[in-house]
Amino acid sequence: MQRRVAVIGIGYTPFRPISPDVSFKEMMFEAAQKAYEDAGVSPRRDIDAFVTCEEDFTHGRSIFNIHTPDNIGAVLKRIHTLPAESILGLADAYMLINTGLANIMAVESHSKASNMLTPNYLVAHAMDPVYNKPLGYNPYFIAGMEMNRFMHETGVTKEQCALVSVKNRANALLNPGAAYGDKVGVDDVLSSDVMFHPLNRLDMSSLADGGIVMVVASEEKARRLCKNPIWVRGVGWISDAPSLETRQWGEAGYARLAGEMAYRVAGIKNPRKEIDFAEVDDTFSYKELQHLEALKLCAPGQAGFMVEEGATQREGEFPVNVSGGSLGVGRLDEATGLQKVLEVVLQLRGDAGRRQLPDVKVGLAQSWRGVPANSGAVAILSNE
Amino acid sequence: MRKVAVVGAGMTKFMRRAHETGKELAWETSRMALNSCDLTLKDVDCVVMGTAPDAFDMIHMKHEYLSDGAGAWRKPYVRGFLGGGTGVFTACQAWYHVASGLFDVCLAVSEEKMSSCLPHPQGAFVTCWDQFTESPLGTSLLWFFAWEMNRYMHAHGITEREIALVSVKNKKNAIEHPCAQLPGEITVDDVMNSEIMAWPVKRLDVSPTSDGAAVLVFAAEDVAKRITDKPVWVEGAGWCLDTMYIGQRDLYYPKYVEYAARMAYDMAGIKEPRHEIDIAEPYDPFSYKELHNAEGLLLCGKGEAAKLTVDGETQRTGRQPWCPSGGALGVGNAIAATGVMKVAELFWQLRGEAGGRQVPGKPRRGVAQAWGDEMQVGTVIVLGV
Repeated sequence: MQRRVAVIGIGYTPFRPISPDVSFKEMMFEAAQKAYEDAGVSPRRDIDAFVTCEEDFTHGRSIFNIHTPDNIGAVLKRIHTLPAESILGLADAYMLINTGLANIMAVESHSKASNMLTPNYLVAHAMDPVYNKPLGYNPYFIAGMEMNRFMHETGVTKEQCALVSVKNRANALLNPGAAYGDKVGVDDVLSSDVMFHPLNRLDMSSLADGGIVMVVASEEKARRLCKNPIWVRGVGWISDAPSLETRQWGEAGYARLAGEMAYRVAGIKNPRKEIDFAEVDDTFSYKELQHLEALKLCAPGQAGFMVEEGATQREGEFPVNVSGGSLGVGRLDEATGLQKVLEVVLQLRGDAGRRQLPDVKVGLAQSWRGVPANSGAVAILSNE
Repeated sequence: MRKVAVVGAGMTKFMRRAHETGKELAWETSRMALNSCDLTLKDVDCVVMGTAPDAFDMIHMKHEYLSDGAGAWRKPYVRGFLGGGTGVFTACQAWYHVASGLFDVCLAVSEEKMSSCLPHPQGAFVTCWDQFTESPLGTSLLWFFAWEMNRYMHAHGITEREIALVSVKNKKNAIEHPCAQLPGEITVDDVMNSEIMAWPVKRLDVSPTSDGAAVLVFAAEDVAKRITDKPVWVEGAGWCLDTMYIGQRDLYYPKYVEYAARMAYDMAGIKEPRHEIDIAEPYDPFSYKELHNAEGLLLCGKGEAAKLTVDGETQRTGRQPWCPSGGALGVGNAIAATGVMKVAELFWQLRGEAGGRQVPGKPRRGVAQAWGDEMQVGTVIVLGV
């Protein structure tokens, strides 16, 4: 039997295309301070362990872990770094609290993507160094190929994908923290530049800067410290075939398996009925549809129709990416997953302002590690 | 708390391995570890990866690339990263994956390939430090070590010759290690006469750069007892990070190692580490580091480690052997893999399977430790039978 674990504090900086006025250290500090204040805890006195999620290359440093403790109050404390998607940070906190070693933990991740002059060429270094990197391609061609295969296998159309971009950018207009809110139409998406056929410019999310910190606690501590704890009911994460040559191109296997794990941990039998809304990865417009199918949040082959009918709109029967998603908020590198969790927590607390969904009890956050990786994570949260 | 045991281990020879990719090293060693306890990938519930900076092999998100080699295909898989402290942390991470109750069997894989970093992996460290105050100085790690060694010697009146004894001991211990890169019989004079890298650090005070992999298999109590008659239990785990601002710390003593050790000892119920621990594998990338880290591990008082070494108490046949494996100085320093190698050494020693390296007197409890970042992190694990 797992111990119950809850999010009891959140802190974040607004997400912006550039942030020349602050360093990543100041961004981490701001988000951490807000989160500790929200949870009513002191990092030095109350927090048992810290986990941060950051990659070296995106920061231009070797061993980025060096730079983490000072900015979040973790000096001479139990702290470690995962070079990974940040939902894995939440999963790590979930595990450590379940061992009984920690009762209160902080999870941190941030993006300072505007510091990268040539992010695409940086991502090229994630390609297989023997088989793929020497070809010298811009790695985002992988997304184009995958989109093509996904559309071929499921019959999803480019218009349906474009609708995702339209919806998420519109949702972001109601999110004061979002960087790329916009009113665009399907035609705007379809007539935007072709980047990696069939991906158009507006099918792709843009990078943004921002920091997020969450305070996570065991049930006993959560009940004592927090009026509205948001329970982490399940976590799941999976790594699928990394090489381009052996992976399934149409289906998001990592999301299906990570979802199955999270549903098992959470005791969810029928995700479509038991989950009220979701924040799924939408790095590219088609990814949202691909992930909805993989997570069994729609009937097989129905994701395209779901968005067409407006079911995933904010007012629809199953709202998806109400925050604006990565298309509207901006893609936050490793922090992307934590932004999805953040939105789920805000909605479940009833603190989502003008974009608040009525009567939501269970929400799902899902992330994908990004091109060219084939791995992802899922977290399920609820307010009861 | 759920009891967790180490049930299997494997490692490759540490050396320059130009014939294998990192993926192949991870695969070969994972298979070795699984074979050692008669398991297959089907029995593995999750995988953790330890591997140091991506800059070594210039692969962004290196763990994603290594995943299928490490046996993580379609399994929960995550990488932990604490610089040089990564290896022992990988073992701690595998422990909490199983102790959390989410998984029964966890494969802890560490892989390191430093030879691909040309002209020398030191280049990867230049971008570690603070980008405003430290990196512009163009410091190499050796400078930092020289500062620390100097400060340590000065604080306690320890001599270079005393410190050189650590190199002599560890390289000698490594002669019995089939995977060792730099075993050998050397003398204190050899160390003293070797090239000065950054005074007082000399070439033979420094561990080599290495390629290699080491893998452990962790299992929950009920499963472990099914797998093996000789499970080695994880009794304690600790990790701790000090401030990155090196100028704000007195380098004579690794307080962060002490804090991490106390976390692990509290978990293990150890009150007097000097007497309750039979063997120790402190991290020894440089000869003085073994002494420095052993003091942090509370295996002796501050400044006493050199005397214990001079008196021969830390020899394989001594009262409390330190680095019976040969350590990073003898076996090689494939950063993350060396940390796991140290935990594997405890596993073999405590099971009585260490062959020519076997510490006499049936050791029952051991501590392994790694250290890294900007002289900043301590990771500690206590195993026992």
